[in-house]
Amino acid sequence: MAMWDQRYEPVIGLEVHAQLLTQSKAFCSCSTKFGQDPNSNVCPVCLGMPGVLPVLNLSLVEFILRMGLATHCSVAPRSTFARKNYFYPDLPKGYQISQYEEPICHGGYVEVELEEGRWKRIGITRIHMEEDAGKSIHDLDVDTLVDVNRCGVPLIEIVSEPDIRSPREAYLYVHKIRQIVTYLGICDGNMEEGSLRCDANVSVRLKGETKFGTKTEVKNMNSFRFVEKALEYEINRQIDLLESGEQVVQETLLWDAGQGIVLPMRSKEEAHDYRYFPEPDLVPVVVTQEWTDRIKETLPEDPTERRNRFVAEYNIPKYDADILTSEKALADYFEAVIRGLKTKSEENCKLASNWTMGDVLRVINTEKIAVSDFPLPPAHLAEMLNLIIGGTISGKIAKDVFEDMLKTRESPKVIVEKKGLVQVSDIAAIETIVDEILAKNRQQVESYLSGKTQVLGFFVGETMKATKGRANPKIVNELLRKKLEGRKE
Amino acid sequence: MPVTIEDVEHIAKLARLEFSEEEKEKFTHQLNQILTYMAQLNKIDTSAVEPLSHVIELSNVFRPDVVKPGLTQEKALKNAPAKTEKFFKVPKVIGER
Repeated sequence: MAMWDQRYEPVIGLEVHAQLLTQSKAFCSCSTKFGQDPNSNVCPVCLGMPGVLPVLNLSLVEFILRMGLATHCSVAPRSTFARKNYFYPDLPKGYQISQYEEPICHGGYVEVELEEGRWKRIGITRIHMEEDAGKSIHDLDVDTLVDVNRCGVPLIEIVSEPDIRSPREAYLYVHKIRQIVTYLGICDGNMEEGSLRCDANVSVRLKGETKFGTKTEVKNMNSFRFVEKALEYEINRQIDLLESGEQVVQETLLWDAGQGIVLPMRSKEEAHDYRYFPEPDLVPVVVTQEWTDRIKETLPEDPTERRNRFVAEYNIPKYDADILTSEKALADYFEAVIRGLKTKSEENCKLASNWTMGDVLRVINTEKIAVSDFPLPPAHLAEMLNLIIGGTISGKIAKDVFEDMLKTRESPKVIVEKKGLVQVSDIAAIETIVDEILAKNRQQVESYLSGKTQVLGFFVGETMKATKGRANPKIVNELLRKKLEGRKE
Repeated sequence: MPVTIEDVEHIAKLARLEFSEEEKEKFTHQLNQILTYMAQLNKIDTSAVEPLSHVIELSNVFRPDVVKPGLTQEKALKNAPAKTEKFFKVPKVIGER
């Protein structure tokens, strides 16, 4: 539970930056591709050469409208750009193009599930468009090196209301935002690589107090775990200050993951004087009702609604549905598997869920690949499940077939035929083997007859071994029980 | 509200510019002259006029999301006063923005 003095209440607002998956930059036609040779995805516009003009990328507007509509925001009929001025080597123009007084989206919300069935609504103040800065490398002794490739890559900034009351809620909120941007296909949601960045405004106050305390800004929380840890640390730091009669100083702090603490940023006292003014090089964006209607039609199913539908339609547990809908690609995969099933009974849907959550996700996690890069087409997995359901192979053999499918990319039917893995359900054939095993193991038969019925497992194991796992376990069990019980008389 | 020498020093610092005392005084004087001139406009009643954010009556100028080649690395770095083979080189800066 909460790890701080419970007489106090934290007040947290989050700013999330999401890097958009456009092909080209926000205001010029340079590629946004990651990991390129330094200073190779650049042009006079993003290098900030004199006399150049930015031109807005249409996809940036469409992507932010998707986000705004998915988070129940109002869309401004007219919005404008502004220049945020600051001087730093990774920003060749000397200003960042952003939105200030007239953001394109405002007044929305997301809902997070605090615990089973208990939801909390967290307000979204605004979502606006801006551009990323370049990268400075400080490793050298004497100089700083600058790579401008990332300059001008489109970002959206999602600003929450100060509605968040615990590090856990902050974690759930960022998780929700990540789920939405990935569902919308506008951002890859990778916090470790910086495609999704999170800064927090944090203050504490005694419970019942209506005024906010002095806030600090915490930056550099570049993983979900760090969001929770950094906020917990900062809440305790502020409470300790107040309890010892000191004051919280309004400042910007950096989370140091190595030490597990926040440290004041070595900043200039005037750092926050950005002298915003309207960007004269870009014209206003006017969004009509028709435009938002058109975007609305293309929005995917909301992740929470999809989860609820999975529970209702496929009768799978909520736990399963949560995992399966955590990512759109995984939910799509699961539904494609379901579509391939011959019969969609509750039992079969649960089987599909088990294989998707278990075996498919295991491969994805151990290989550290994206769901979209998982090599087996869902139709092949469905075909394999149909073989289990139809009794052609056992669930145990299926594990081997699955591994073979991963290696050879062949269809399960081909693998099963080639390797002769077809389950033996021929009672007469199994009976011959069972009889042999009973004859070979008289001592164990005696044990059984004397009441130690648990040796049945031994006989099942021996029979499966003898048939290389191909015997239908249900028939093996039935036959053995019948034969052993028959000897009791 | 006239511009003071402190305002000029503040703005200069933000822009990483260094001025001599004479220059600071000269700019303070010039900025005040400009603002006095602009102050005449404040006498006009604009309560019924929408603030203007752009002088051209245009909106929605977009480009399609298509990649076009820009400059080569060599050309991008060509005019830099200090560089390595692949990077711009600047005096050491520590800390975040």
